[in-house]
Amino acid sequence: MAAITAESTSGSRPLTTAAYGEKSPQSLVFLVLLWLSLVFGILVLAVLLVTTFIEGRSRIDAQLFTNYTSQIAPETAGARAAILGTAWVIGVTALLAIPIGVAAAAYLEEFASRKSRFAHLVELNVQNLAAVPAIIYGMLAAAAVVAIGIPRNTVIAGGIALALLILPVVIVSTREALRAVPQEIRQGSLALGASPMQTLQRQTLPAAVPGIATGTILALSRAMGEAAPLLLLGGLVFVKFDPNGILSGFTTMPIQIFDWASRSQESFQQLAAAASILLLVLVLAMNGVAIIIRNKYSNPR
Amino acid sequence: MTEPTSPHLTSDPPGEPTVDSTATISMRLPEPIDAGRLELSEVPRAVLSCTDVSLYYGDFRAVNQVTMDIGVHEITALIGPSGCGKSTVLRALNRMNDLIPGTRVEGTIAYHGMDIYGRDVDPIEVRRRIGMVFQKPNPFPKSIYDNVAYGPKVIGMKVSSMDDVVEESLRAAALWDEVKDKLKQSAYGLSGGQQQRLCIARTIAVKPEVILMDEPCSALDPIATARIEDLMMELREDYTIVIVTHNMQQAARVADRTAFFTAEAAEGHGDRTGHLVEFAETTKIFSNPADPRTEDYISGRFG
Repeated sequence: MAAITAESTSGSRPLTTAAYGEKSPQSLVFLVLLWLSLVFGILVLAVLLVTTFIEGRSRIDAQLFTNYTSQIAPETAGARAAILGTAWVIGVTALLAIPIGVAAAAYLEEFASRKSRFAHLVELNVQNLAAVPAIIYGMLAAAAVVAIGIPRNTVIAGGIALALLILPVVIVSTREALRAVPQEIRQGSLALGASPMQTLQRQTLPAAVPGIATGTILALSRAMGEAAPLLLLGGLVFVKFDPNGILSGFTTMPIQIFDWASRSQESFQQLAAAASILLLVLVLAMNGVAIIIRNKYSNPR
Repeated sequence: MTEPTSPHLTSDPPGEPTVDSTATISMRLPEPIDAGRLELSEVPRAVLSCTDVSLYYGDFRAVNQVTMDIGVHEITALIGPSGCGKSTVLRALNRMNDLIPGTRVEGTIAYHGMDIYGRDVDPIEVRRRIGMVFQKPNPFPKSIYDNVAYGPKVIGMKVSSMDDVVEESLRAAALWDEVKDKLKQSAYGLSGGQQQRLCIARTIAVKPEVILMDEPCSALDPIATARIEDLMMELREDYTIVIVTHNMQQAARVADRTAFFTAEAAEGHGDRTGHLVEFAETTKIFSNPADPRTEDYISGRFG
């Protein structure tokens, strides 16, 4: 048999061809277009970050953290109330969304019958809820807290609104984390005489914690950047006190930025830019933590 | 190829070469079967007895009308070709099948005379008394110690010292010497064979009466397999064991009684339904089977 060479097996097209595939004029044009789209996307983001940084640079100082906002002295005003308010609201959001979301996901994933029409309906709605605009949740939370007699511009109302907003995300990511736990673990536990509830508490949930934590942190960092539902609740834009409980009035960083950015003085603009950078750093830090958790636990030892 | 062919395989037609794989493994065959055993009675003293047990997945009948008794302190092997329902039968014995939606059981499976599918029977209690070791070693993502201690903890067993329970169980599973210095390390660091023995130790820790093993050696190499088999022979003193195996030599080596299952197309429709062909002492199954299909299977002519 004749020796098989690269030339002889490839038929009419030699391996060294330059006339086909990626090298044709159309595909080159298309490739350039792809590159331009990519560059455009990155460029816009970079310009935004750089200009914000340049504008806010002068106001990233200790006063930004320690001082309250001010109508008359924007040069020394700070985001103290907004930072603390964000911490309070996100804390309440986490306390509401995590237990409810994890419990709902555990029910749907571990206990609900696959054939149950009710579970199917819930599942469908959870997916739909994830697409509902944030402001709708603000309206819902406002109506709900007023109905039970709580003023709507309070930390608890803000927490409820944001918890509703991220609940679908928490449920979906928790279900995915539970689904990733090998079935053998559950069977091993059940075969020892553990009840389904014990199996969930002692095996399945602990094994799913990294996944749950990742999804939840990402959801919370999204909630942190939301202004719309809180504005609808009448989140105060001018707060000169530290929030001191769940019934306290509050402002959060996005609201504070919204307020400052809408004022015309140059110093307020700088202040808004500085606060934006701070918010960005916080959100990126949370996402970073989520990524670290995911990477650390993605391979079991 | 060396000559020593198993006496069990002498039913081969003369002149036909023995299948290599059986010939090599069968070198270990004859002795252990009878070593130190009590004389088997014709009828097992039943711990579990199945009467006309049919198992369904939805409308599909997976297993049809199995009647057999699992003898106390015996090793009972379930053998047969893939899809014959032997694993399904095994998992029905401690209600692990309940976990698959749509499964249904007809007939009775009695544990000391009590139907385990009875209305007021708690499947959790059934599984406490009838433990299970799975095909793939499935230790929990915890330390070796916690793997063994998990069972006694969740079932609320009263123990004076958990350390003793862990040591006892690991010793019984012939694993203690290998792991006694690293009890706090993750079970995932063990080899496959060690993991499987850990799973056996974990099962022993809750003091079941019966241990079901679903192809416990299919993921292990021959040396690890031999250790598990030795362990089974020791455990037989204290426990009743039911093992599903694809490996006929394994059944011949360890089992007191063997049940041969096969699958045939059910009347009326094309689905293959598993059923019990023959159930007898292992020596009889392998040397003098009553049913020609058993003989065909053990001599390697099908399956």
